[in-house]
Amino acid sequence: MAIELGHFALILAFAIATASAMLGLWAWRQGDRVGLMLRQGALLQFLLVAAAFAALIQAFVVSDFSLAIAWQHSHSAQPLLFKITSVWGNHEGSMVLWILILVGMGAAVAMFGSNLPRDLLALVLGAQSLLVAAFTGFTLFTSNPFARLSPVPFEGQELNPILQDVGLAVHPPLLYAGYVGFSVCFSFAIAALISGRIDAAWARWVRPWTLVSWVFLTLGIAMGSYWAYYELGWGGWWFWDPVENASFMPWLAATALLHSALVMEKRNALKIWTIFLAIITFSLSLLGTFMVRSGVLTSVHTFASDPTRGLVILALLAAFIGGAFALFAFRASALRAGGLFAPISREGALILNNLFLATATAAVLTGTLYPILLEALTGRTISVGAPFFTLTFGAIMAPLLIVLPFGPFLAWKRGDLIAVTQRLAGAAGATIFVTILVFALSGASVSLAPVGLLLGFWVGFGAIAELIDKAGFGRMSLGLSLRRLAGLPRTAFSTALAHFGVGVSVIGIVAATAWQAELVTTMQVGESREIGGYTVTLDDVSERQGENFGAETARFTVTTPGGGLRMLAPERRLYPASQTPTTEAAIETYGLSQLYLQLGESNPDGSHVIRAWFKPYVTLIWLGAVLMAGAGVLSLTDRRLRIGAPRPAARTAPAE
Amino acid sequence: MTRKQKRLAVIGGLGAVVALATTLILLALRDQIVFFYSPSEIQAKAVAVGVPIRLGGLVKEGSWIRDGETNDFVVTDGATELATRFQGILPDLFTEGQGVVVEGALTSAGTFAATNVLAKHDENYMPKEVVEALKANGEWQREAGG
Repeated sequence: MAIELGHFALILAFAIATASAMLGLWAWRQGDRVGLMLRQGALLQFLLVAAAFAALIQAFVVSDFSLAIAWQHSHSAQPLLFKITSVWGNHEGSMVLWILILVGMGAAVAMFGSNLPRDLLALVLGAQSLLVAAFTGFTLFTSNPFARLSPVPFEGQELNPILQDVGLAVHPPLLYAGYVGFSVCFSFAIAALISGRIDAAWARWVRPWTLVSWVFLTLGIAMGSYWAYYELGWGGWWFWDPVENASFMPWLAATALLHSALVMEKRNALKIWTIFLAIITFSLSLLGTFMVRSGVLTSVHTFASDPTRGLVILALLAAFIGGAFALFAFRASALRAGGLFAPISREGALILNNLFLATATAAVLTGTLYPILLEALTGRTISVGAPFFTLTFGAIMAPLLIVLPFGPFLAWKRGDLIAVTQRLAGAAGATIFVTILVFALSGASVSLAPVGLLLGFWVGFGAIAELIDKAGFGRMSLGLSLRRLAGLPRTAFSTALAHFGVGVSVIGIVAATAWQAELVTTMQVGESREIGGYTVTLDDVSERQGENFGAETARFTVTTPGGGLRMLAPERRLYPASQTPTTEAAIETYGLSQLYLQLGESNPDGSHVIRAWFKPYVTLIWLGAVLMAGAGVLSLTDRRLRIGAPRPAARTAPAE
Repeated sequence: MTRKQKRLAVIGGLGAVVALATTLILLALRDQIVFFYSPSEIQAKAVAVGVPIRLGGLVKEGSWIRDGETNDFVVTDGATELATRFQGILPDLFTEGQGVVVEGALTSAGTFAATNVLAKHDENYMPKEVVEALKANGEWQREAGG
């Protein structure tokens, strides 16, 4: 019964979204009544989809296997958390989650957007509803999550054991929130193109939505990376897998968007480019969500796909992305372009940032789509792997990182490069000193590691130097500087923090790659091995029974260089319901470094294959991402950027 | 500089960066892509020793011998077989009779030295390349995978 109600709720949401889309896009000039109806429509869509999603969760929790997707992807013996996460561990259910976030964003615009010009609001909600209608329709007609089975199967087939992890509870919702959040930027861009009106205020309205989505996407990608790192047992944290690329491309584009919106807000320039980026970012998000579901690409994340569904997905993508760009082509010329400015200035630096980020996005896109293209044209199967991406992406990022610290120091309109270089001398000195120190202490020499470390420290110290300079330390009394520091706007801190996070991630990537130690060996119980200064002793191997799996657990004692003792217990599990084996790595964090142990098969003589990594400073990679996300949140709390804060006096007419 | 010259300088600078990036991408695409071969194709096309490639096929039944961390197995596409060696822990779902994609290079002895064995992530998933290769050799059965 609840399942039918959920199904009806989703159908009703589809109907309301369709009506809202038509109302918003055709009657946006009509004024308050349309605006009110659209806002109520957005809230209704949210409530209805939430009800549909709740119905699905309820069916999974009570293990109602008459629901086809519950039977396919759940099992009564799964722990409660994994029963719930199973809802979006499959194509149909994850579509409902995706739509739930989409309507959530629409409802948020309706709630917080009461001071937007009402024609703009109507257009934004109309465009948003069109997205809801299209993807709800797609879900209902090609991948209905509410399909029932008769006769009802006795037991479910279990969620893929690799997905039975807290990672699935966190990673997809965060990532989807990021992807889908950009739909608001997209809708704003469409609204600007249709109404032909775009100004600095537009940039201020869009910026919070870009920031929120960017924060979610940053965390989602970092979480996904860490999940892959500990769950897949390959010890790697980024594989340049098509789906990782698909999530990374919108992130790059959104980072560019954040920066270009800044120029638009402050200097009323780069308008057309910013609109273009807003469209591109969400288009790449759509590509990220759906490319893998269309069956065009195969990857780790592939859901079982059927060909008709793939065609519909490609048609939808073509309609939205193509439609948006057609609109852009027709209407962009109607927008008044901003003026020119000096290349050496804050806005010049931000343009450089955009140029490099856009080029990097294009490089990743090329590497991801090239195999498909080549196969379609020549029939040759190839793969574009990590070496391609490391080479091109690295080469494009390096100059960006070199110029990054200069940006925040340059003044708007007309900057003085020589003066800025002088103010950055301290950071440059610190960078060189620390890099030499690191190499003197570690003694290692890996070809490109010094360059990478220099870049990482340069960006990090540059961010610190920016705050020191803004507060005026060294130029005035300490007390005054401290007061000035406390008085800086939060956006100054968030800029510095975000850039510092970039530096931290770069250092982590370089260190974990250059100084990683790896060991593959066979061990008898009682034997010891040494890796990265740590002594690993295999104490015993035993069997244990988990809630829905059986496991072989190895117990290790690890002696740290300082003499401390730790216990680590990697496992090999077998999930009987699906007859799937998995490997659970054991990871211990020492400071910022990690020791990673993986248990392999046992040999006839009773010994065990063990794989161990010592990954120095590996946690910095994710810590940097968390710092960047934190910077985004900090920037959101800035008074000047609060949603709806800027109220142009001429347009304060309340929506009702 | 006049306004026009300034504009030209900016556009020229942007053009240079884009051109550089494009060159880099094309060069990398020429050198860094990895071709996929089935054992039969390796034999037919005389792939050079030491060139990184991807090899795809089925793990031959009864061919997997494990000695500590060294794994020897035979990759077959039904027509041709290729002895493969991999040092390390194989993915969880690696078993005989299943599809597999292996990264590595041919050795001068005519065997395949694997640097990476790509995991399949569920029992229903067969790498697309493997399906194609098996179909080409008439070895594909619907029930073998999806």
